[in-house]
Amino acid sequence: MTSDGKFGVIGKPLQKVDAVAKVTGRAIYADDMLLPRTLHCRILRSPHPHARILSIDTSAARRIPGVQAVITGADLPIKFGILPVTQDERALEHEKVRYVGDPIAAVAAIDEEIAAAACDAISVEYEVLEPVMSIDEALAAPKDERIQDYGGPHNIHKLVALEFGDVEAGFAQADHVREDVFFFQGNTHLPMEQHSAIATYVDGRITLWSSTQVVHYVHRALSKVLELPMSRIRVIGAAHGGGFGGKTDPFAHEIIVCKLAMLTGRPVKCTLTREEVFYAHRGRHPVLMWVRTGVTRDGLITAMHFRTALDGGAYGSYGVASTFYTGALQTVTYDIPAYRFEGCRVFTNKPPCGPKRGHGTPQPRFALELHLEKIAHDLGIDPVDLKRRNFVMPHTRTVNWMRVTSCGLEECTERVMTASGYAHRDKRPGHGMGFAISSYLSGAGTAIYWNDMPHSEVQIKVDRGGVTAYCGAMDIGQGSDSVLATIVAEELGLQPADVRLVTADTDTTPIDLGSYSSRVTFMAGNAAIEAARKMRGMLIEAVAAKMKCDAAAVEVAGGRIGDFSFQEASVLAEGRFGTLISAGSYTPPKLAGPYKGSGVGPSPAYSYSACVVDLEADARTGLVKVNRIWIAHDVGRAINPLLVEGQVEGSVYMGLGEALMEEQAFRKGLHKWPSMLEYKSPTFLDMPEVETFIVETVDPEGPYGAKEAGQGPLLPVPPAVCSAVYDALGVWIDEVPVTPEKIVEALRRRAKGEPARFGPARFPSIPYPTAIKVEPPPREMDRAATSSI
Amino acid sequence: MKQEVLRDVERVVLKLDVNGERTELLLPVHKTLLEVLREDMQLTGTKHGCELGECGTCTVLVDGRPELSCLVLPIQVEGHAITTVEGMADGAVLHPLQQAFAELGAAQCGYCTPGILLSAKSLLETTPRPSRDEIREALAGNLCRCTGYSKILDAVELAAGRMT
Amino acid sequence: MLRLPRFKYLRPKNAREAARMAADLGPRAMFVAGGTDLFPKLKRRQFDVETLIALDFLPRDIHNGSSECVVGAGVTLASAASNEHLVKSFTGYAQAAGLVSSPPLRNAGTVGGNLCVDTRCNYYDMTYEWRKAAGFCMKKDGDICLVAPSSPRCWAVSSSDTAPMAIALDGVVGLTGPDGERELPVSVLYRDDGMDYMAKQASEVVTSLTLSAGRDMRTAYVKLRRRGSIDFPIAGAAVALQLDGDEVVRCRIVLSAVASHPLEATAAEDFLKGKRVDAETIRETADIAAKPAKPLDNADLSHFWRKRMVHVVVEQALLQAATRTPGSTVKLLGQYPE
Repeated sequence: MTSDGKFGVIGKPLQKVDAVAKVTGRAIYADDMLLPRTLHCRILRSPHPHARILSIDTSAARRIPGVQAVITGADLPIKFGILPVTQDERALEHEKVRYVGDPIAAVAAIDEEIAAAACDAISVEYEVLEPVMSIDEALAAPKDERIQDYGGPHNIHKLVALEFGDVEAGFAQADHVREDVFFFQGNTHLPMEQHSAIATYVDGRITLWSSTQVVHYVHRALSKVLELPMSRIRVIGAAHGGGFGGKTDPFAHEIIVCKLAMLTGRPVKCTLTREEVFYAHRGRHPVLMWVRTGVTRDGLITAMHFRTALDGGAYGSYGVASTFYTGALQTVTYDIPAYRFEGCRVFTNKPPCGPKRGHGTPQPRFALELHLEKIAHDLGIDPVDLKRRNFVMPHTRTVNWMRVTSCGLEECTERVMTASGYAHRDKRPGHGMGFAISSYLSGAGTAIYWNDMPHSEVQIKVDRGGVTAYCGAMDIGQGSDSVLATIVAEELGLQPADVRLVTADTDTTPIDLGSYSSRVTFMAGNAAIEAARKMRGMLIEAVAAKMKCDAAAVEVAGGRIGDFSFQEASVLAEGRFGTLISAGSYTPPKLAGPYKGSGVGPSPAYSYSACVVDLEADARTGLVKVNRIWIAHDVGRAINPLLVEGQVEGSVYMGLGEALMEEQAFRKGLHKWPSMLEYKSPTFLDMPEVETFIVETVDPEGPYGAKEAGQGPLLPVPPAVCSAVYDALGVWIDEVPVTPEKIVEALRRRAKGEPARFGPARFPSIPYPTAIKVEPPPREMDRAATSSI
Repeated sequence: MKQEVLRDVERVVLKLDVNGERTELLLPVHKTLLEVLREDMQLTGTKHGCELGECGTCTVLVDGRPELSCLVLPIQVEGHAITTVEGMADGAVLHPLQQAFAELGAAQCGYCTPGILLSAKSLLETTPRPSRDEIREALAGNLCRCTGYSKILDAVELAAGRMT
Repeated sequence: MLRLPRFKYLRPKNAREAARMAADLGPRAMFVAGGTDLFPKLKRRQFDVETLIALDFLPRDIHNGSSECVVGAGVTLASAASNEHLVKSFTGYAQAAGLVSSPPLRNAGTVGGNLCVDTRCNYYDMTYEWRKAAGFCMKKDGDICLVAPSSPRCWAVSSSDTAPMAIALDGVVGLTGPDGERELPVSVLYRDDGMDYMAKQASEVVTSLTLSAGRDMRTAYVKLRRRGSIDFPIAGAAVALQLDGDEVVRCRIVLSAVASHPLEATAAEDFLKGKRVDAETIRETADIAAKPAKPLDNADLSHFWRKRMVHVVVEQALLQAATRTPGSTVKLLGQYPE
């Protein structure tokens, strides 16, 4: 920034730093790598959803010429998992399989064809157990045995019950109380790149290149399972072909290739097939939801009670966090004075669910937005108006202790209302418009492994006029490398292209927790500012000394520092200080409230979005054609508006896919369609024009005021679609995806005089514990929210 | 499947014309063009997402027309001109489509990008100023999960404008 | 990466030689033209094949005669969809070819190949590992039908977009066998059997498709699928009408993706003949046409809804065909029937 407050590169639509590598096919993804003598790995997976393994015979596989090694669970018995409380996975399972696709054995061979044939030659004897395939089945007593040996009763994994403020009193004050049940079907990330990892083992050290979002967590898991110190393991993030949360767990194949490299003394690569990617999953939890809300005659919320039941699949993954997330952010958009949340996650014999774009919050957002809309119809109030009356105000604490700072909800709403002409929409039958809002975290305020270390660290080295920034953050295509380069360039008066980046390499870069929960711009960005400002200080000091002037008089801009070029200045500074290095780090403020479970939900800042969907819905066929989508997103400050728009548009796309077609469906214990053909992902012809508005509220703690952009804008799309379908046809579709058959069925029910809706009939009885009562934060915290802890 | 590796591998010598370079290779006849480009010719710019013709990621041009390299045998395209993403730039000078994709952020993770660039290149050769709907039709076989397609449409339009 | 099994690759010079090779080698050999249906299925191990017989000799030209059009079996679907003569005189056929899968696939897939496309089922079009886990079905490696376990037959679905239109246009295929050539109407090229779905000999090569009814016919093909591209049909209607003023003189209505073979709606055809085309007649015709359609739970979306949609696609196709001047082109509208 120059002395007159103008940014040099922040806010400009600059090309990404890796753009040329990506448009020329020169970016090296994990599967593009082939080291000399590389062996190829394939994994044998369970054909049963639930079974005990009685024996595994690998002898026939070992006899196939070209097979170099075959391993089973006995070779990798130590359990791992992303959360410290759910270390329940094995790289290869030798006792029990819990879903079709659970890994059992792995082969390293001279080519993939031989490895695949060898997997087919392994014979496994099973004792088949009754599978548990639904939330209801998981809540009942198991016919054979429980899927996991922890949690309970039955196949319940986790139960949560929290109450903030006096909920009963809140309902007593209400003029109107409404209950609804909703269902959000599970879906998967479907990155275009199939997961891939390649490992070498030389001189007692492992090096792994992987398509991962979190080199740090892979590093931890490898150290644990392979029983090697972290100092002997190096994890490098290869160019990344799409994550969306799906590459945020440590995965079996990453551990397997390391083990096989150790056993064979040769590099080993494993690239999952598309079908295996569906089994790796960790996608959106199917969530059944019940919500009860009390409102005054004017539509002001007096109390809310929200229940969720998550179908978690076979393992823990991020599930405990996901469960809390289904209850955490309702209060961050609407002022709810009294709030009770009861959450439950169950185990089922399906691939494990985990974090997908919006992690645990798109499902309750879907329910909440439609529920409030129904309340508005009950009261005869315009739904947009009712929502607006309940918007949270900036700089407040919510009843569950979430600290809201900058908040552009009102401005976002205004932008999409004006642009879409929602208020004056064409009300012909079959045409509808729907509105919804949302909010999301700019990084989780607490780390997965609670410790006092910073969440992100950046180092900068300047020599011979060149700038290199080092950070553990992983660019997964969202452009985090470009954001880091832009920030460093801004502080040093350079262009992003002048900054060399070394990222996502556990040997050479300082820690960053990874690309998940929309944390990189906020956290690594703040760390980069700190490191860059220290470097800038040294450069200015050296130049000021040479110029014999006050440091304050030295201008840093346009590739010059005072009277000198950047290169000359760096030589001066190196002469004065020796090797020029600086470091910065970021630790979020301690924001968690005084209760167990308060670690999920707090964030140093929340983004806000508002969305309007315009569509045609045909009463005869149930077919929906989306005409246009308007989305406004409060990103705090757009460090690069091009990248922000890209994140927002991509979120809208994924949200629309979830709303209309994407579905992780099962039949007879198997994934019904683990393929790109049958798992429907919108094509060019299914995507409407999207009009994007960037709203800048300049967050007090974000880097230059920036907040997240990559997840929040997905959330309002599914409820806005359902709201528009109601507007068009007068029927509620209370679950996603909104397929034509559901619309037709809802219309049929209406014609028969039944309730005009399609959705779950009931919410099951769940043995939630007595809610822990939590005092809401004192109201004076509202006024000083930004600085309060 | 376990029996398959006991069969003999039939190998053929093929002269392939890839990006204007003619190469003679001894190849197993059952290896797809995708595998040969990536594994035998080190042209790893061609990516793959399903290997079943369902995603468009592995699109290359055969005599200027987009085809899926996962569903083509090299023996079927001997004597035909194959273009991969590596053949788009003129030396170090980017093709206008590549330039536009870079400038407008049309490549996020970049994994579908090579296939989409090639489909777009073929379109602009037959339809120099396509409408937005024509671009959608031409690219409808290429899935992308990052961009929501908006920036890709913008970039093809920008490149088309610059090329005519 | 999913890979092809090892095979030998034979390159006969002509159809007779190809047919002889196929006859000699028996069921362990298969023909390959564009490969867009064969290769995914080989990668999923849906066929046991030791030898592929390449059909690259197949004619790739379109002869436009005075009363008929002869389309070489090697013509790609993309060429057929954009061919001037086909678009003008056999509009519905060009439409159908242009709605197959996606643009890159249509550049490889052929006219002959799409007529021979294997029947589909979402218990069958799965990888070897998936089918092994589900239990193999009778169409490959097993002995029961997973869609209808008590049924003695296979219910895989005919999924060609062009076959119904070829039937509606009185199409005739040229076949070359080991001992000679013959012609066969497309209407008798298929059998109502998900496994043994073609009435031609396995060793016979489809060399051409002759369309003859088109000149004075108004034709349209309407395809239903979830997305605007890539997907196979989950219902479809091919319609050819000859009108004298408002009155229907001749008509053909053939359905796709609702049975193991292209299903001709003969009762609806009989009903419509001699009637004036108006909205009411079209609705009634569509009702009758939809009756014999029996979608099962082995394709995308529920079979109840697909059954209901058969009526809609027929109605749309009839409307499109009836309201068009013969020979004019219609812009292909998005994903759903308008």
